Amino acid sequence: MTKVSMTVNGKPATAEAKGNTLLVDYLREGLGLTGTHVGCDTSQCGACVVHVDGEAVKACSIFALEAEGAEITTIEGMAAPDGTLSAIQQAFQDYHGLQCGFCTPGMVMSAAALLKENPRPSEQEVRDYLEGNLCRCTGYHNIVRAIMAASGQESAVAAE
Amino acid sequence: MPKDEQGIGASTKRREDIRFLTGDGNYTDDINLRGQAHVVFLRSQVAHGRLRGIDPAAAEAMPGVIRVFTAKDFESAGGLPCGWQVTDRHGQPMKEPKHPILAEGKVRHVGEPIAAVVADTLEQARDAAEAVIPDIEELPAVTNPKDAASDASLVHDEIGTNLCYDWGFVEDNKAKVDAAFEAADHVTTLELVNNRLVPNAMEPRVSIGDYSRGTGEHTLYTTSQNPHVIRLLMGAFVLGIPEHKLRVVAPDVGGGFGSKIFHYAEEAFCTFAAKAINRPVKWTCQRGESFVSDAHGRDHVTKIELALDKDGLFQAIRTDTYANMGAYLSTFAPSVPTWLHGTLMAGNYRTPLIYVNVKATFTNTVPVDAYRGAGRPEATYQLERVIDKAAREMGIDPIEIRRRNFVTEFPYATPVAVEYDTGDYHATMDKVLEIADAAGFEKRREASAKKGLLRGFGINAYIEACGIAPSNLVGQLGARAGLYESATVRVNATGGVVVMTGSHSHGQGHETTFAQVIADMIGIDADQVDVVHGDTANTPMGMGTYGSRSIAVGGSAMVRAAGKVIDKAKKIAAHLMECSPEDIELKDGKFSVAGTDKSVAWGDVTLAAYVPHNYPLEEMEPGLEETAFYDPANFTYPAGAYACEVEVDPETGKVTLCSFAAADDFGNVINPMIVDGQVHGGIGQGAGQALMEAAAYDATGQLVTGSYMDYTMPRADDLPYYAVDHSCQTPCTHNPLGVKGCGEAGAIASPPTIVNAVVDALQRGGHGHVTHIDMPLTPLRVWQAIHQR
Amino acid sequence: MYAFDLARPTSVADALKALQEEDAQPLAGGQTLVPTLKARLAAPSTLVSLRGISEMQGVCHDDQGRIHIGAATTHAAVEREVAKDYPGLAALAGQIGDPAVRNRGTIGGSLANNDPSACYPAAALGSGATIVTNAREIPADDFFEGMFTTVLEEDELIFSVRFPVPKVSAYAKFAQPASRFALTGVFVAQFDDGVRVAVTGASEDGVFRWSEAEDALGRDFSADAVAGLSVPAEGMIGDLHGTPEYRAHLVGVMTRRAVAAAG
Repeated sequence: MTKVSMTVNGKPATAEAKGNTLLVDYLREGLGLTGTHVGCDTSQCGACVVHVDGEAVKACSIFALEAEGAEITTIEGMAAPDGTLSAIQQAFQDYHGLQCGFCTPGMVMSAAALLKENPRPSEQEVRDYLEGNLCRCTGYHNIVRAIMAASGQESAVAAE
Repeated sequence: MPKDEQGIGASTKRREDIRFLTGDGNYTDDINLRGQAHVVFLRSQVAHGRLRGIDPAAAEAMPGVIRVFTAKDFESAGGLPCGWQVTDRHGQPMKEPKHPILAEGKVRHVGEPIAAVVADTLEQARDAAEAVIPDIEELPAVTNPKDAASDASLVHDEIGTNLCYDWGFVEDNKAKVDAAFEAADHVTTLELVNNRLVPNAMEPRVSIGDYSRGTGEHTLYTTSQNPHVIRLLMGAFVLGIPEHKLRVVAPDVGGGFGSKIFHYAEEAFCTFAAKAINRPVKWTCQRGESFVSDAHGRDHVTKIELALDKDGLFQAIRTDTYANMGAYLSTFAPSVPTWLHGTLMAGNYRTPLIYVNVKATFTNTVPVDAYRGAGRPEATYQLERVIDKAAREMGIDPIEIRRRNFVTEFPYATPVAVEYDTGDYHATMDKVLEIADAAGFEKRREASAKKGLLRGFGINAYIEACGIAPSNLVGQLGARAGLYESATVRVNATGGVVVMTGSHSHGQGHETTFAQVIADMIGIDADQVDVVHGDTANTPMGMGTYGSRSIAVGGSAMVRAAGKVIDKAKKIAAHLMECSPEDIELKDGKFSVAGTDKSVAWGDVTLAAYVPHNYPLEEMEPGLEETAFYDPANFTYPAGAYACEVEVDPETGKVTLCSFAAADDFGNVINPMIVDGQVHGGIGQGAGQALMEAAAYDATGQLVTGSYMDYTMPRADDLPYYAVDHSCQTPCTHNPLGVKGCGEAGAIASPPTIVNAVVDALQRGGHGHVTHIDMPLTPLRVWQAIHQR
Repeated sequence: MYAFDLARPTSVADALKALQEEDAQPLAGGQTLVPTLKARLAAPSTLVSLRGISEMQGVCHDDQGRIHIGAATTHAAVEREVAKDYPGLAALAGQIGDPAVRNRGTIGGSLANNDPSACYPAAALGSGATIVTNAREIPADDFFEGMFTTVLEEDELIFSVRFPVPKVSAYAKFAQPASRFALTGVFVAQFDDGVRVAVTGASEDGVFRWSEAEDALGRDFSADAVAGLSVPAEGMIGDLHGTPEYRAHLVGVMTRRAVAAAG
């Protein structure tokens, strides 16, 4: 075990990790940030997506040590300090983009990465970007609408 | 907040979203108890074999290992119980072999737990599990339900057959049905497979057992759709723990779709082991493990025949189905191919004679049980496919043939023992054709053709039986449980309301919708209503969430309990205003005396109930809390019509789902936004079944689609936006809210719609020899169908 | 996962030193290796992360117009950085995995792993790229040796990959529906001195060049030129998602589509 430090949601964080400790376990068990979920063991479901130095990464597929010193953002860091939801989180509520909530953290984190790269994506671009995020509840319809709305394209989703 | 944004019929935003959107959810795996140990199950790698011995000694000597459990540790425990006993065509009960917690004598499917290794850490348990080497003599495996009927290899030697039951329904119809086929002008026959599916809720199952020596109480935290059912089954039948010493908590649950109804071995194990080692024991399922341990769905092999007269009017239906039970009977498995399937074979149509045959067999596969729709998708699929085929054979438009046969008068008693209370099937057909823009199809087909793609239009009508159901009826049919639901409505002194319901919410949004109903009934802000569920310690005995029953049964129980509360509150208000309770009206949170300007506020009455200074103590007890159990008088019958368009790439066989339209009649709707979402999700899963998903076993009984690398989950780029509508509403006639349930419709009605569309595309595109393709319609299968002449 | 140490060298020299240790194994992006470790299908003593080695990162051009891509460069970086100069390669990189996987997975890791359904081997072979290791330069034609096998020696590390840039190129991928790896993917590149066609996903021997199509396209670079050609089903992969016959058929279809897209 060694102490591993990184900046998580804007604050310095330290917890113990071994060579084989995954970032997702470091976050969930080491730091108690259980908003990041594990839904598969083959890097496909995307429930564990977090941002590492601003990029969407599957926290189940990198080791905590690889992220030493990095800036990590998890779902717990998406709302403002006073609790106000970010535009993406708010759109997910407004457009009923979640049901059981298990895939939601990964969806929100992927959506945030997409909108950073591509602030006004087309519907197809949103669907393509979510290739690595599985949802079993929504049929994706309202997730896509929520992301379109969060990108300021409410009029494009009003008809759907 | 104006009332119209939060009461019945309003698309109120979900209150549960805040915690899920901020990482504050509390799923079972988020719970860690002080001092907890971890368990890893050693699971069978072979599908069928004699278990000659297990040597745990090497594992027990490894670092951190606390104890290795095998079947002999469970000699005093019962097997996992089956909650439904089907009686066969000869009046004999189904075969019900023991379903042990850990394999006894034999292993019967890949993934069956053989031993359980409990250690201080998860990695230590995993290391040690590798050191437990079972001695297994491999036996031939059988995986197909029809092949199993030959009894060439017996899954359970002690029962001497692989046949669980041979069920005929309705047995008295058999001769008349046969005669109708003899006399028919046209008979259409279709053989098909309803593909086996893995439910794949995104949250894998988790169980944590805890035991207090001080109180003698067991607590099980588990991913369940129905914690009370788990408490009853596990307590009474498996471990012999009385219910007052057993608490089952199902906190936030990440989707169920049926797979989290059932009582699983891991739940009983963790509960048992926590006492045995005097430490909490946690099990977290890995996805690969869930593929071979969560109950699967569907897996029927069916031949259906439809007899018609020269005008295309249905005369009779005859079916022959082999249903795969898997290696053991899961909790409600026997009910799925029988009562949840046979009773729906009339569909939306006036077919006078129906005879359904089902042979359920044991195989060396994971147990099969209810998955979203459960029996009703199997019924709808075969019926709507054979109708489409018949229409084509007879040269009748597929929409027209359905319209000619629709039931139009209600109540309607089907020849398969159920009575539809209400419906309007032409209305939903009209609506779906409108929202699907059926009129514009030809133009879109031409545009597709210009790109070299074959476009098809698929149509479908469906009915389902939900709100399961009257306890006395299901008791006659073999259910070993009641199917009521319960609710306690507790009003606090300052007027806030807490509803404690037996229904569990794992994505359905009950915390929002149930509050909408109560807010509407009392006329208070929905924020003043809290909904509590999922913990047997603080909710009344409930049967849980499945079969689209929560609002129809659980909601009805809540309405009854709230009704009792309001009746009592009116008496208190009458006392305060010195009038008769009959003259009291409750509106907008205010009690007023009819014909006067006298009123008292809701909060004044609730305060009086708990501070009973001015109170009719001689007539009534203080307090304001009531419980109701609601047992429905009938099933509810949601119905509707679906349509979709597909493009087939004839060069690769790839099918693109271009558009999907659903017109459902759910009766009254509490929250249209949530109902839309339920339909969307069902369509997504139905499209998965139709085009992508299959749990495939090889000849040796290995699951070859055991991960997301081979089991195709629908993704965002596989699916279009859906047009959904539920404006056609014929309210249910026998529950207080007039609701029918909406959770399964999408999954039931979309597979035949999509397959009908693909066959239509191929027929129109010059591949007239393709009259059917078995699901999933993967590129390979479609390409093979095109080239198979 | 079994226990192992994680080394994080910052230079190639240190990485090579760390790899001397018995059962040490390089860790590139980890997008295949980490799931493999989770399934306990590998038991290294030490994983040597290549991510912190700046000399293995990034994309640059040489004076002959060739593109050099550091082995630890992610798919996302390649997609971004060669979009203008080698759009066919950028498009291929953009079809690997999903966005989060592309932010970690690397070209060196993909080529060294040589998954028979991976995309990058088609690009390397189809471009006639050169794989530069710490020890030597290996032409792509000599690099791949069948499923999950390459000519790389035990302690040899891919340092960079050098791509000549074709006049036109395109990659046509027919995805396996579940994994989204290539069920059959064809990379077509037209150079001044000829055409290269590399096929991934289809053959039991891994990525291969379809010389018959190369000859035909060398004479006439059009989809019609390969319309009558086919590869034999023998030796093609057969599984749940595609029979050998289906994959052989897809080789033809995807080749035509790649040529049409390269136009």
